[in-house]
Amino acid sequence: MCRPTHYAISYEINPWMSLARQAHPARARAQWQRLHDVLARALRLRIRLLPPSPGVPDLVFTANAGLVAGRTLIRSNFRYPQRQREQPLVERYFRKAGYRIVRLPARYDFEGEGDALWFGRTLVFGFRFRSDEPVHELLASHLGARVLPVELADRRFYHLDTCFCPLDERSALWYPRAFDRYGRRVIEHVVPNPIAVSQADALQFACNAIVLGRAVVAHAGLSPGLRRRLARRGFTVYPVDLSEFLKAGGAAKCLVLRLSPPP
Amino acid sequence: MTSEVIRVSGHIIDSLILPKILDEIMDLNGTFEILHIAIGTRKTDPSQARLRVSAASARHLEQILQRLSRLGAVREAAQDARLRRAPRDGVFPADFYSTTNLPTDVRVRGRWRTVERIEMDCGIVVAASGRARCTPFADVRKGDRVVCGADGVRVSPLERGRSPQVFQFMGSAVSSEKPKLQLIYRLAEEMRAVRRARRKILVVAGPAVIHTAGGPYLERLIRAGFVNVLFAGNGLATHDIESALFGTSLGVRLDHGVAAQDGHDHHMRAINAIRACGGIRQAVRRRVLRRGIMHACVVRRVPFVLGGSVRDDGPLPDVVTDTLEAQTLMRRRLHGVALALMVGSTLHAIATGNLLPATVRTVCVDINPAVVTKLADRGTFQGIGIVSDAEAFLRELCRALRV
Repeated sequence: MCRPTHYAISYEINPWMSLARQAHPARARAQWQRLHDVLARALRLRIRLLPPSPGVPDLVFTANAGLVAGRTLIRSNFRYPQRQREQPLVERYFRKAGYRIVRLPARYDFEGEGDALWFGRTLVFGFRFRSDEPVHELLASHLGARVLPVELADRRFYHLDTCFCPLDERSALWYPRAFDRYGRRVIEHVVPNPIAVSQADALQFACNAIVLGRAVVAHAGLSPGLRRRLARRGFTVYPVDLSEFLKAGGAAKCLVLRLSPPP
Repeated sequence: MTSEVIRVSGHIIDSLILPKILDEIMDLNGTFEILHIAIGTRKTDPSQARLRVSAASARHLEQILQRLSRLGAVREAAQDARLRRAPRDGVFPADFYSTTNLPTDVRVRGRWRTVERIEMDCGIVVAASGRARCTPFADVRKGDRVVCGADGVRVSPLERGRSPQVFQFMGSAVSSEKPKLQLIYRLAEEMRAVRRARRKILVVAGPAVIHTAGGPYLERLIRAGFVNVLFAGNGLATHDIESALFGTSLGVRLDHGVAAQDGHDHHMRAINAIRACGGIRQAVRRRVLRRGIMHACVVRRVPFVLGGSVRDDGPLPDVVTDTLEAQTLMRRRLHGVALALMVGSTLHAIATGNLLPATVRTVCVDINPAVVTKLADRGTFQGIGIVSDAEAFLRELCRALRV
């Protein structure tokens, strides 16, 4: 994770961001701290912190830094120049931490775990708004796994992790209308029990949840109905208010990058 | 119809990327042909497909390919055309690309360039600026960069228009057993359309036009502005002038159809008269020549090229006896030509057919079906043959054009 010391809305690169709707710095820090505490204390995760840096306000959204596989980081190539400034910082941090860095060809964009989520042994890869389709083949060869590219269809859900959230080996949360009909068929084929969320839940970033075993850490805006559905399937929801980060188009999942596979 | 080959690879089957690409092509009104497909045997194996995507126009194809590139389709590593230096003046490198008369593009430094002044049986010279030009043997200079091999060369076949076009009546097999009047009326419409579009009409005429007493009709066409360029040989010009000066063609009186006394030397005297003046233009200026096709050309400022041949009598001073020079002059005059009308001429019609791009519509009129067929067989597309007497054809054409 990365502390939101320098977090702010400094530009508009997705439909959520508006320079007129600034994030409240103190509130953002408090919300982030609360998320950190839930993960570190309640769920007993070991968290590594990427040092914050001025001029890169979105560095807090570490999920987009890259994709970690073992001791390798497949580094992101951000689409927007505003976020490309994060690349060297991420690379330096991981190199120091002893990771091997894989850089993708510069002509392709790739925004890390934001667009690449494991479902069992298959990596589901979202493309169009932030990542390019041809990257899927490179990921497949680096990871030696099946990588299924699905096209995203709604600008508000510009990253795969805003509309798709694997829960366990059989189920996942998703917002079907964020995909085109091919993408929907692929997900329905791959995920035996997909749980479709309503538009209201999707807009509250219900799919942008951190899943650890049976624990689901998500923004507090989840509807009671969805909480009940998750509870019925044996999941415990840890709601955290992340409204300040929603202003930048991110929530719980966007604020963390997974360094080791789920237990 | 233009096409390009694309390649898609990766996990394109399970992710429905391939079916999606095929659907997209069809949704965008393109067509495809799967050239090759290799499907991975295990889930983690990538699959590959090569497709040829075709669309009605280059712009349309570009739209489709842009959409497909978002789906990860890459254009097959289109190679640049291979360029080699011409070893000597008038000599192409051994493996030079020999052109067709169809619209052709070559890829130079990653960019497709349309070959200018395309014509069959030439080479393609690429200038330092990247401009590609169709170049005949005679014009190639030592050190010119010439396209070699077929890599990076794209030839677009002519498409048949989807909507019924004026020229759609053309392009059927040559036959003497066809109603000519209909064809002539539609040709007249086409000629009007060409004139409205400010493009040029080229007429290639042989001496048969004069022998059959069709000269006055061609003269009328010229005076009415339906002829913008005239190609002919010494024969047409000589007999036209003979008829203007003596009323005969090869000694036969055109008004009575009988041989004039001592008429056999009329054409020689006609040539002599023009040689004495220094040329056709001078003869017109000195009012020696006062009527006829050549007179009309000079008066109406219609450029003409008279190409010489070995059997010419005289020839007239205006005849270009150097065949390469004649070719060059003809080429220069072809710019802007949209319709070529070839009447009663075998050699000049074929010579001109060789110089024309396939996009120029061609009408070949001859009494001998073999000539008409021969032109078509040599690859002059978009053409029609009319088997007819030259005079009868021109008379009806004048009537159809009301001149």
